[in-house]
Amino acid sequence: MDPKPWLEILPRALANTALLTVTSLAVGLVLGLIVGLARIGPIKPLRIAAAVYVELIRGIPLAVQIFYIYYGFGYLIRKVYNPNPFVSATAAFGICYAAYIAEIFRAGFQSLDRGQTEAARALGLTRRQALRHVLLPQAFRNILPALGNEGIALLKDTSLASVVTISELTQSGKALASLTLRFFEVWTVIALCYIALTLPLSWGVRRLEARLRVRGATLPH
Amino acid sequence: MSVAPLFHIRGLTKSLGGRPILRGIDLDVRRGEVLCVIGPSGSGKSTLIRCLNFIEIPDGGEIQFDGHPVVVGPDLDRHRAQVGMVFQKFNLFPHLTVLRNLTLAPMQVLGLGAAEAVVRARDLLGRVGLGDREGAFPAELSGGQQQRVAIARALAMRPKAMLFDEVTSALDPELVGEVLEVMKGLARDGMTMVVVTHHMKFAVEVGHRVVFLEGGVIAEEGEPRELLEKPKNPRLKEFLGHLI
Ligand SMILES: Nc1ncnc2c1ncn2[C@@H]1O[C@H](COP(=O)(O)OP(=O)(O)OP(=O)(O)O)[C@@H](O)[C@H]1O
Ligand SMILES: [Mg+2]
Repeated sequence: MDPKPWLEILPRALANTALLTVTSLAVGLVLGLIVGLARIGPIKPLRIAAAVYVELIRGIPLAVQIFYIYYGFGYLIRKVYNPNPFVSATAAFGICYAAYIAEIFRAGFQSLDRGQTEAARALGLTRRQALRHVLLPQAFRNILPALGNEGIALLKDTSLASVVTISELTQSGKALASLTLRFFEVWTVIALCYIALTLPLSWGVRRLEARLRVRGATLPH
Repeated sequence: MSVAPLFHIRGLTKSLGGRPILRGIDLDVRRGEVLCVIGPSGSGKSTLIRCLNFIEIPDGGEIQFDGHPVVVGPDLDRHRAQVGMVFQKFNLFPHLTVLRNLTLAPMQVLGLGAAEAVVRARDLLGRVGLGDREGAFPAELSGGQQQRVAIARALAMRPKAMLFDEVTSALDPELVGEVLEVMKGLARDGMTMVVVTHHMKFAVEVGHRVVFLEGGVIAEEGEPRELLEKPKNPRLKEFLGHLI
């Protein structure tokens, strides 16, 4: 068996999948936090906008969103910007996952005791300071397992990026399979590659959870 | 020295969920005074002291603090920084150590440097008898210890007044004493305190004045011993009778 095509294709595919996951997750987390905060914030139009965003996005299959952004939206703006598959896929994944992550953040904030906000504000902290130093760290700690699940789901969903010609793992698997005709071996290796990425991710999340776990704390009620 | 009261409250009203809770409160709190607020459950004691630092925004009336009217706006955080509050449920920040609970607001709100904030925090922890627990997390402390940390946290802002809302109600009986001791010490040091409490003994021993809240108004007020030991108001009599 000639190792050359494998070595040419697989490392780049792994890197692309990992990179796409990291960038999409970053977009999803930041956008998700913003939408989640808007959803429970004091400004009604923002609350409504955030709720609409979440409902709309959750109602559209991810593959359609990717097509929509790369081919649809990309076609619309083709005069000013030539759509890049990687940027489009990152945007699509980020926007999609932000909707789910926003709901996680919302639940995370809402599960905190009102007394935390009151104590922070009573000390003179502004809304923003209370959020940054009191609410967000606690909410983040509580939702970390759920965010970890989203991260792993996102990693696997990046296989959909193959529809916009990104050579991530799944796309590369197809290429490699047609090149080598070793279908069983190729797809076994591709599956193992995904596992090689998801395992460290869940391990990392668990490590972070352990680090953020507060001494003396019992199970959340 | 100014003779103006620290809190000057006129016609304070507040409704919650469409129900009038405070129906026009007139009250002055003098500097250095320990004012105890008593009254039946639901009479609006918590609502009243939460209005004093605008954690609850009053519907009507006026509150002056230190000679200045308190209004909703950018200065509200500064007002809150000058008025400490201690809650029934402690509300310590569970993700921060005891020391960081005490340094957070002084650093963020007052702009203190870390070193200075730590010095201030350690001094206060010593004063509430917890000098050796600065590295602990709140969940590692007993209720009485947590409440003493909460008092120290409020004091770290060097407030001009302290508000206490039934701060011993969530404690096991054997832990109540240590918290009341800290409050007595504060009163001795001349802190202006508004204390919602069911401890008539505390009110008599430490309080300078008691107000009895009933039906959203101050139904009775006076010197603690006189008011509590020889109540004239039939409602107050009934309320005190229930406590025994
Ligand atoms: N957010 C709210 N919405 C509607 N009603 C409320 C709200 N918060 C408090 N209340 C009601 O307002 C009334 C006064 O509440 P408050 O907490 O001030 O009473 P309290 O004198 O402190 O009572 P307690 O001794 O039980 O602490 C109560 O009847 C309470 O049920
Ligand atoms: Mg109360």
